[in-house]
Amino acid sequence: MTEKYNMPDVRGHFGPYGGLFVAETLIPPIQELNAAYQQYMNDPEFIAEMDADLQYYVGRPSPLYYAERWSRELGGAQIYLKREDLNHTGSHKINNTVGQALLAKRMGKTRIIAETGAGQHGVATATVAARLGLECVVYMGAVDVARQSLNVYRMKLLGATVVAVESGSKTLKDALNEALRDWVTNVDNTFYIIGTVAGPHPYPAMVRDFQAIIGREAKQQCLAQAGRLPDALVACVGGGSNAIGLFYPFIDDESVKLIGVEAAGDGVETGRHSAPLCAGKPGVLHGNRTYLMSDEDGEVIETHSISAGLDYPGVGPEHAWLKDTGRAQYVNITDTEALEGFHALTRMEGIIPALESAHAMAYTMKLAPTMRKDEIIIINLSGRGDKDMQTMAKREGIEL
Amino acid sequence: MSRLAATFAELEKTGRKALIPFITAGDPSPDFTVPMMHAMVDAGVNVIELGVPFSDPMADGPVIQRASERALAHKMSLRKTLAIAAEFRKTNQTTPVVIMGYLNPIEAMGYEAFADAAKTADIDGVLTVDLPPEEAAECTALLKARGIDPIFLLAPNSTDERIEKMDALGSGYLYYVSLKGVTGAGHLNTADVEQKLHQIKARTNLPVGVGFGVKDAETAKAVSALGDGVVVGSALISKIEANLDNPSQAKNEIIELLTAMRSVMDS
Repeated sequence: MTEKYNMPDVRGHFGPYGGLFVAETLIPPIQELNAAYQQYMNDPEFIAEMDADLQYYVGRPSPLYYAERWSRELGGAQIYLKREDLNHTGSHKINNTVGQALLAKRMGKTRIIAETGAGQHGVATATVAARLGLECVVYMGAVDVARQSLNVYRMKLLGATVVAVESGSKTLKDALNEALRDWVTNVDNTFYIIGTVAGPHPYPAMVRDFQAIIGREAKQQCLAQAGRLPDALVACVGGGSNAIGLFYPFIDDESVKLIGVEAAGDGVETGRHSAPLCAGKPGVLHGNRTYLMSDEDGEVIETHSISAGLDYPGVGPEHAWLKDTGRAQYVNITDTEALEGFHALTRMEGIIPALESAHAMAYTMKLAPTMRKDEIIIINLSGRGDKDMQTMAKREGIEL
Repeated sequence: MSRLAATFAELEKTGRKALIPFITAGDPSPDFTVPMMHAMVDAGVNVIELGVPFSDPMADGPVIQRASERALAHKMSLRKTLAIAAEFRKTNQTTPVVIMGYLNPIEAMGYEAFADAAKTADIDGVLTVDLPPEEAAECTALLKARGIDPIFLLAPNSTDERIEKMDALGSGYLYYVSLKGVTGAGHLNTADVEQKLHQIKARTNLPVGVGFGVKDAETAKAVSALGDGVVVGSALISKIEANLDNPSQAKNEIIELLTAMRSVMDS
């Protein structure tokens, strides 16, 4: 790559992916949002306010932790964990909600809506809405409401209204549909905080820019702590916000491999998975063109993953582009393998990861032993596992 | 002249407005749709919008969402919707049929293959809810080359610039979404619609159909006084939903409502 990476174009296209595929009523508010985003991302006062929030409210920078014991055990590359699990609210999601909520405030919006899968983005949104005194409605698939009830309770404590979505597959994609319907109905006073790098332009680029602090910090920390750039970055990919946040500042560093880990559910070959980059094809959903899991008639098919946060049939369009250009590679990890990753990190390092992040752990267990001891892997530990205690206990036949 | 242009020209000559029903293809079952289309024509409708069921109908309210789900349960698809339209066309050469749906089924088929299939089915117009002019150039050109009208949506918050864009890119008619919201929502405000249509009409010579929020003969009458056509969807599909165990009753109630609308619109 001789030219500096510079995506998307002004219309939000990453090659054939991304774009603006929404009904007419949403065009004006999206244009308004895009104008505000372009303005404030170059406004020193806005950036200073956001940076202060990230430092004093979120707790950034998050540490880059050297997992020495686990590295020794795996016997290959040295493993570092980017500790997004230590952020306020327990995941990387708050990096983005802090930024978008400040934008909402600047734009004079009084009502915030969001979709959520695992509930991490919903909690992160409810949190910033509480802090800014904004009304907050979170849409969550009924299936996810049941399997992530702790986060539902957290959102309610924070003052948010949680709407259980009963349509379609009752998971994240249906929550997104319902949030879009709310937005189209309440466009005048409502700001839609999308939690991942998907949706119509400018969301994929905007959410990436808010999450890119992960990679900027990781690069600096790796240089300071290990004296060199890492050789590989590993992150789980549902919509792909934590992965793009880590990858983006490294895209022009050709020596650094970028590896996204999708959820294979019961196994990609079974059809019961959430791995559009590994096993889907390009299509259009939720405002952008990207790799998508749909049938031959173009109907979106139901996805499966033990982790609610990865249970989504699409993926951010920038990942689709990075896949096609070969800059990043995308692999997949089954539910069973993810559980091994979950236990390994917990027992070897005393850190309980979110089931989403456990997919990245599990792939690292395969990757690290194939690498030299002087090589470095950074894994994005995107969230902590507290929210998954019920799911884990149920899976392992334990009554809490 | 396209069938849509001819239809609107003829209506204008007689000082009448278009009555445009929307039903979802294959709801409540695939064999319901073609006879329903013919019966609606007999009741005096001028254009038929045929909904293509989609798994994720983001711009639709609960009534049309459930219609999609019922149709998909019968494995209805874009291809089968086109087959229904072709079947209807065998015995009706005059009433325009507009396919209305979302982009992904068209992407899955491929733009060119879709345009060819739509031509073969003798479709008159295509309205793709999530394909705004920004992304529509390729698909629109393929349709126009085959004499099929691309229909675009306008909303209460559409600017002058966007109205002019739709006028340039669209043909057949423009579909004015009368309220901010999803299909079947709320109540439309006649004064607001009148003001917006005044703005739209100043910038296009295309006929303007008005939909979203048309519930009964009264609203149909009010809206028909303002635009060139009245689109009614959720109110019809509610009749299907209320009579799932008795489709012929659903059909009777739909015809009754459309007949009442036709009557007040012409009086």
